[in-house]
Amino acid sequence: MSGDGFFDVPSDLQHSYLGLVALHLQEALIPVAGGLVLALLLAQLCVRYGWLYPPVLWGTTIFYAIPSLAIFVILIDYTGQSRTTVMIPLTLYTLVVLVPAIVDGIRSVPEETQAAATAMGFGAWRRYLRVELPIAVPAIFAGLRGATAASISLVSVGALIGNQGALGNMLTDAMFYHRPMLAVSSVVTTAVLAVLADALLVLGRNLLTPWLPRGGRSGTPAAVLPGARTDTREKLGSSR
Amino acid sequence: MNVLHFISAFFGDGAHWHGYDGIPQRLWEHVQYSLAALGIAAAIGLPVGLVTGHTGRGGNALGMVANAARSLPSFGLLVLMFLAFGIGLTPVMIPLVVLAIPPILVTTYEAVRSVDPSPVDAARGLGMHEAKILLRVELPVALPMILGALRTAAIQIISTATIAAYVSLGGLGRFVIDGLYQRDYEKVVGGATLVAALALLTLGTFWLAGRLAVSPGVRRR
Repeated sequence: MSGDGFFDVPSDLQHSYLGLVALHLQEALIPVAGGLVLALLLAQLCVRYGWLYPPVLWGTTIFYAIPSLAIFVILIDYTGQSRTTVMIPLTLYTLVVLVPAIVDGIRSVPEETQAAATAMGFGAWRRYLRVELPIAVPAIFAGLRGATAASISLVSVGALIGNQGALGNMLTDAMFYHRPMLAVSSVVTTAVLAVLADALLVLGRNLLTPWLPRGGRSGTPAAVLPGARTDTREKLGSSR
Repeated sequence: MNVLHFISAFFGDGAHWHGYDGIPQRLWEHVQYSLAALGIAAAIGLPVGLVTGHTGRGGNALGMVANAARSLPSFGLLVLMFLAFGIGLTPVMIPLVVLAIPPILVTTYEAVRSVDPSPVDAARGLGMHEAKILLRVELPVALPMILGALRTAAIQIISTATIAAYVSLGGLGRFVIDGLYQRDYEKVVGGATLVAALALLTLGTFWLAGRLAVSPGVRRR
């Protein structure tokens, strides 16, 4: 009794609609979380040792230039046609946005603030956690928003290496059975997930930065043009 | 069984170098699709970004449109367009252009917005027309960021054009997709290597373009 409704998923996908959504979120968000941890470490190193920043930036940019499908395919040899194969490149992709976002965020902390923290007896580690990171929160979240959107969109490509694309698997089935509704459902659901995730990130940023002015359109450029700052940073960073 | 072995086997096989399914033919197709998509996206994104950046109006609307476009998955859009339009260039071009416009548009806007206002005021004081101010003062200063935006867009297009082979068009993705179906990993890895090489070549081209086109006075700041 398979219909052609928005939520009807062919049985060969072995998941319900909601199951695919959960799988998609898992495949998209674990890489973002992993990428954030990696980026926090790398960025801290880059701030501490300035000479490290340009090579790291170039390395991530060059890795980002390799198409996801190509990396999936090459990884198959090592990790098989599994979710890991999809999640490894997605994790590394996030670094291209997250590392510059965090480094620039931390570098934007004023000297006086740093000095004040040191004068209050903060050690390097405590200063990082209690002063530098909180001030860098808006920049980090701008990066996270870009990385999350890209990750959610890219998971679908995993469908091409043997049904590892979660909601993207509906796309290959749409072609296979010629059921356009499946493709509509996949695209709309993925886009809605991206928008929801973005809204949650904005909410999270606002909760973490209670000291920033709210509501007005007259705030920082980041408030005027969401997402733009990330690109700007990335561009500026790698053209240096 | 390792990647290097596959790569050398693929490129060492003379049969991969000739004819309709040869490397030069596929490479040329890939370059053609990518250039066409980048050209269309730039023709739309650059003027709109420059003008909105110059006047400072419409930044919010621009951000919203860009964010909406960004949340659309390219692969999904590709399949959807194919199911709607059938085989052809249109269903492939639409997702590529939609993918490339947001970074070009938003970064160009931001780049022009962030130009130091004092030289702009000076130019205005000298009696330059607004159009001339945009093209002779703001554009050169904003150029590094705009080139960066075009580079990001180009890389994403090249990367995504690989998937276009899934809906039966040519390009380097042909090797990857066909190889996957034929369980011919040599072909898959060979195709993937070619796409990666093309992407790196593009990075290099943009770096060179930046060296040549960006005024030395703007470069080091």
